[in-house]
Amino acid sequence: MAFDYEKYLRMEKIPHLWCPGCGIGVVLKSMLRAIDNLDWHRDDTAFVSGIGCTSRAPGYIDCNTLHTTHGRGLTFATGIKMAKPDKNVVIFSGDGDATAIGGNHFIHACRRNIDMTLIIVNNNIYGMTGGQHSPTTPIGFKASTTIYGNIDPSFDICLLARAAGATYVARSTVNNGRTLEKYIQKGLANKGFSVIEAVSNCHTQFGRKNNMSDPISSRKWIKDREIPLAKARSMKADDLKNMVITGEFISEESDMERWENYNRALEEYTKAYGDLIKKVKKKK
Amino acid sequence: MKKNIKFYSGAELVAKAAIDAGCRFFGGYPITPSSEIAEHMSKELPKVGGTFIQMEDEIAAMGSIIGASLAGVKSLTATSGPGFSLKQENLGYAYMAEVPCVICNVMRGGPSTGLPTALAQADIMQAKWGTHGDHPVIALTPAYLEEVYELTIKAFNFSEMYRIPVIILLDELIAHLSTAIELPDKDLLVIKNRKGPTVKPEKYFPYDTAYGDVPPMADFFKGYRYHVTGLSHDKTGFPTTDPDLVQADQERHIRKVNANKGKIIDFEYYKMRDADIVIFAYGSTSRAARVAIDKARKLGIKVGMMRLRVIWPLPEAEILKLCSKVKAIIVPEMNLGQLSNVIEKFAADRTKIVGINHVGGVPIHPSNILDVIKEVK
Repeated sequence: MAFDYEKYLRMEKIPHLWCPGCGIGVVLKSMLRAIDNLDWHRDDTAFVSGIGCTSRAPGYIDCNTLHTTHGRGLTFATGIKMAKPDKNVVIFSGDGDATAIGGNHFIHACRRNIDMTLIIVNNNIYGMTGGQHSPTTPIGFKASTTIYGNIDPSFDICLLARAAGATYVARSTVNNGRTLEKYIQKGLANKGFSVIEAVSNCHTQFGRKNNMSDPISSRKWIKDREIPLAKARSMKADDLKNMVITGEFISEESDMERWENYNRALEEYTKAYGDLIKKVKKKK
Repeated sequence: MKKNIKFYSGAELVAKAAIDAGCRFFGGYPITPSSEIAEHMSKELPKVGGTFIQMEDEIAAMGSIIGASLAGVKSLTATSGPGFSLKQENLGYAYMAEVPCVICNVMRGGPSTGLPTALAQADIMQAKWGTHGDHPVIALTPAYLEEVYELTIKAFNFSEMYRIPVIILLDELIAHLSTAIELPDKDLLVIKNRKGPTVKPEKYFPYDTAYGDVPPMADFFKGYRYHVTGLSHDKTGFPTTDPDLVQADQERHIRKVNANKGKIIDFEYYKMRDADIVIFAYGSTSRAARVAIDKARKLGIKVGMMRLRVIWPLPEAEILKLCSKVKAIIVPEMNLGQLSNVIEKFAADRTKIVGINHVGGVPIHPSNILDVIKEVK
């Protein structure tokens, strides 16, 4: 039987505002299947976002939803989660929202290892504002503010999240909805801070300026650069330039080097705070 | 012997009053001269099962208290001038989305880093106009330690009653002053809580004006599953660009405070009965003014004081009355005339407005005020 997305959507808000062929819909659907797999109750779940195309996603979901200021979704979400640690909190963000204006909140949410899941839809561009370059626009590519070709190096969102202390980190693309669903589900289930990067197409703003103005060619551009993490490990750095390395960067099964673990959170943050309260009350 | 007498600092009293008002969440960021409030909250909140979190920056602290409040938990943050500047965007969000919360700004000299450790009343206008767009403001200016406690509780009550962020503008001098005071009996405190919906979720709209200018607020996770945004929105909480709806909503925001002004404005008269010179003051400078008035009275000068406990909204009608009654209004402020400029507008040549404006970080001395009283006599 086909999956009943309507169960989780505010159907009166459809059609959505995203361009035809936009990848955000794939991510949203993967998310809805993942929460259904986990049997999450809509009343117990909050979706939070900042500003941008991706940040409009919560509005379509029939849960407690919060559309905040640019880059700050994680800060509001942290307040919600600390106030109600037993509830589910998920954040939708874009590459500009999460890694530029919200970069500080991003690394600190990772560091705290607070039990929330951050979905970053990375389409290499500021879509809503008209196609300006973002911290993930590849070098040499055009945007409305890099018409001579971008010279700003990119962030690797997953490596950033991993270094900052997130306890589940994975990347896939909108060409692989099922894999996204699996990663999102594992992220939601992880008792700690999870980051899932979904590499997506913005043919309207990014593609148009870079000779791939339709969704098919934009997604093919992504598909042609996908390299599984295991394979990437044996490749030369030069051959990995501008490639999309997919897979789980941090998970229970991931083979992180032991020394990379030295500064990782020992505990999930709300649990650590709950234990602190118990300790203080006992002393009293 | 009186009970409940203890040594407290102003900062400690903000924390104590917040917890007594039901605050169970503090999101903060270290900044002089307000950090002691965060320190007290970090110590006291776990004892009552509340949450303290030191966020990564001022912006995050403001975001976190809005989030916690939406989840149904009364929330506080504390900051000072530069931090208050950083908070403005999310503060605007709280006005727009009508999320109750309290911001205590222990003022310091500015602009920019200014005078981090010195007394100033630099943010009177930042509190009023700091964020873009139009919205009502409620800001309180305690002058005494007892008042810090009383007005902090009031700040929480106003925020819950009117679904609005409320600002406490605290003078550095008051925050760091310690003295023995008697606190009111906790059982006699009036604590207000936000009104929740009385209808079933299917019938609930987060900005439903059918219930008046302050719509009932459902906390997250209570089955109401609604949407909150900083975009202009209609009664359902979803964005709208309908000019009539946007206009009506912005006007309602102003109205919800203006129509309740009578319950919000709060000032005190001192030796005003026969006064023909009036000192118009707030916060710590009003304490210097009081000493100056007592001295001037001994010299036979008829001088009194109107002191604001709530600075925004202003008691406009009373100020207007004053302007046509007295021959001079003296406004001592630790800034270059942020409030006196406003009073001048009210006066419109009907009376003389004389500012005493110190921004060097040193408190205005009673003798400074007495000299001006003698001059205008």
